[in-house]
Amino acid sequence: MELLLQTITNATYAASYMALIAVGLVLIFGVMGVINFAHGELYMAGAYSVVYLYTDLKMPFFLAVAAGLIFVGLLGLVMERALFRPLRDNPLGGLIASIGFLLILQTVAVLGFGVRMEHVPPSTQEKIFLTEGVVLTVQRLYVIVATVVLLGGLWLFLRKSKFGWALRACAQDPEAAALQGISLNHTARLAMFIGAALAGVAGALTAPLVSPTPHMGHAVIVTAFIIIIVGGIGSLEGAVIAAVLYAFVHTFVTTFYDGVIANIVGLSLMLAVLVVRPTGLFGAKDRA
Amino acid sequence: MPERSIRLGQVLAFIALMAGLVLLPHVLSYSQQEVLVFLVINVLVVVSYRLLTLTGEWSLGHVVMVGVGAYASALFTKKLGVPVPLSMLCGAVTAAAVAFVLSFPLFRMKGFYFLIGSFAAGEIIRLIWKRFTDPFGGPKGIKRIPGFPDIEFGALSIDFFEPVNYYYFCVIVVGLALLILYRIERSRIGLTFHAIHWQDKLAESVSVDTFRYRMLAFVIASFFAGLGGALFAHYVGTVNPKLFDVEQMVYVLIWAIVGGTTTFYGPIMGVVALTIINEIVLRSLGVDEMRPMFYGAILILSVLFLPTGLESIASKVKAWFAGSSRDKTATG
Repeated sequence: MELLLQTITNATYAASYMALIAVGLVLIFGVMGVINFAHGELYMAGAYSVVYLYTDLKMPFFLAVAAGLIFVGLLGLVMERALFRPLRDNPLGGLIASIGFLLILQTVAVLGFGVRMEHVPPSTQEKIFLTEGVVLTVQRLYVIVATVVLLGGLWLFLRKSKFGWALRACAQDPEAAALQGISLNHTARLAMFIGAALAGVAGALTAPLVSPTPHMGHAVIVTAFIIIIVGGIGSLEGAVIAAVLYAFVHTFVTTFYDGVIANIVGLSLMLAVLVVRPTGLFGAKDRA
Repeated sequence: MPERSIRLGQVLAFIALMAGLVLLPHVLSYSQQEVLVFLVINVLVVVSYRLLTLTGEWSLGHVVMVGVGAYASALFTKKLGVPVPLSMLCGAVTAAAVAFVLSFPLFRMKGFYFLIGSFAAGEIIRLIWKRFTDPFGGPKGIKRIPGFPDIEFGALSIDFFEPVNYYYFCVIVVGLALLILYRIERSRIGLTFHAIHWQDKLAESVSVDTFRYRMLAFVIASFFAGLGGALFAHYVGTVNPKLFDVEQMVYVLIWAIVGGTTTFYGPIMGVVALTIINEIVLRSLGVDEMRPMFYGAILILSVLFLPTGLESIASKVKAWFAGSSRDKTATG
């Protein structure tokens, strides 16, 4: 029973950061129609922001996380301007260009920090005992709280604000949105900034928990693909639900078998969804 | 007589090419000869990849198929004692068989979905190699794979451990494979692949079974990819899951795209040009760590400014998007 509750706690933590990453990826795809293959490397860039600012320069942890969020958001803007805007009519080209960008980001991390694993000391040692024998470290709690706050904020932003309406309008029908006087470039920038920043903040917050390496993005992008496919490629709500589902399956299989089997199960789940229901479990008919 | 002179020119060009291929290893250093062997194998990998792209589908699992050939060929010799030349063929056949099985789930998808689906299928295979130590050897892979046996021919004995000799062997095998691939493309089958790429609904309406032809392209491409893997395995003597990961796939993608996939020789040019740049420029500058960045920049620049390889896809991708929702209702 303790093991079960502990595993549920761990899965909740995993679901949180996976949801942050996957929602960013879906947002970018929804508005721009491009699969951002470099999304895992944006997560890595967020983690390395914390390595540099918090571990090396001894800045306060949350300041480093905020800086990481903004830095990765700006990286997103660079990608939008340099890659996705010129390739707007060529989504496969955008995907391939993002693979090129991924290689560049990886190399920058290797040159700047070396290929070795970085160790980020935890910003707090505190632990919460949920019940007898079930532990949640405060470091993990930060991730869960940040996810709820950020995704809740994003949801309100998309539903209530004018920018949010414009963003959703572009996702539904870019041409019609442009005819209504919505700037496609502007909304693309906004989506790219938010999407990238979400990946960055996920990386920044989990940096003390995962030991960053320049090649950590690979596992992340595989996970993110599984989630967005299972959740339906254009659906934000679907991505959150699929992240929870996947995190629970993955954590339970990891606990009771091992990590590699868990990855195989996850990928098979995704293949099964692709075969049976290519629109995803919660997917709308069209994108976003 | 212009026709005759073109023929003559072609013959001369062919002879020059052959002479070049024969003489090439003798002007190179030992380590460059080894690179040359890999280059010849990579030519086969990238050309077989192009066969699949003819049908309009871009796979991210092709390098894993190379790995299937390599693992299978290694296991056939090590566990079952199959002689090496035969086991290479067995490896290629195994890759084709795996592709055959995978086409049932994969070709229910198209476009992006196929891309990601093939990526997932490849990762599953790779994780199986990694997880199941018996017979795949786990993360360390399979070591001490028997090399190609020496040939004793009277006084003449050929040691295939020497890169020059193995190079000649690879050139012959790959040359034959390219010839077959070229004939396939020019045949009725190849034309059907093109038809499926550009007008799959129309092709279906004139009773072309698009699923079968996509499967055929995938199986043939995987067969030759597996053959390339087998050539690789018995030369290097060791295979492991890391050799066939998505990073390698990215390189194959870069070779194909930089060279351009609209012509048969485009990907060959891509792999040759980038290997030369890689070996001569990057190695002499001593900046091996910068290699991925360099490839990334080249990939981005060629997508942005050299759309020859990609322009044909652009319109197709739009059709994918327009068509994908219809297909979903049809298949799901």
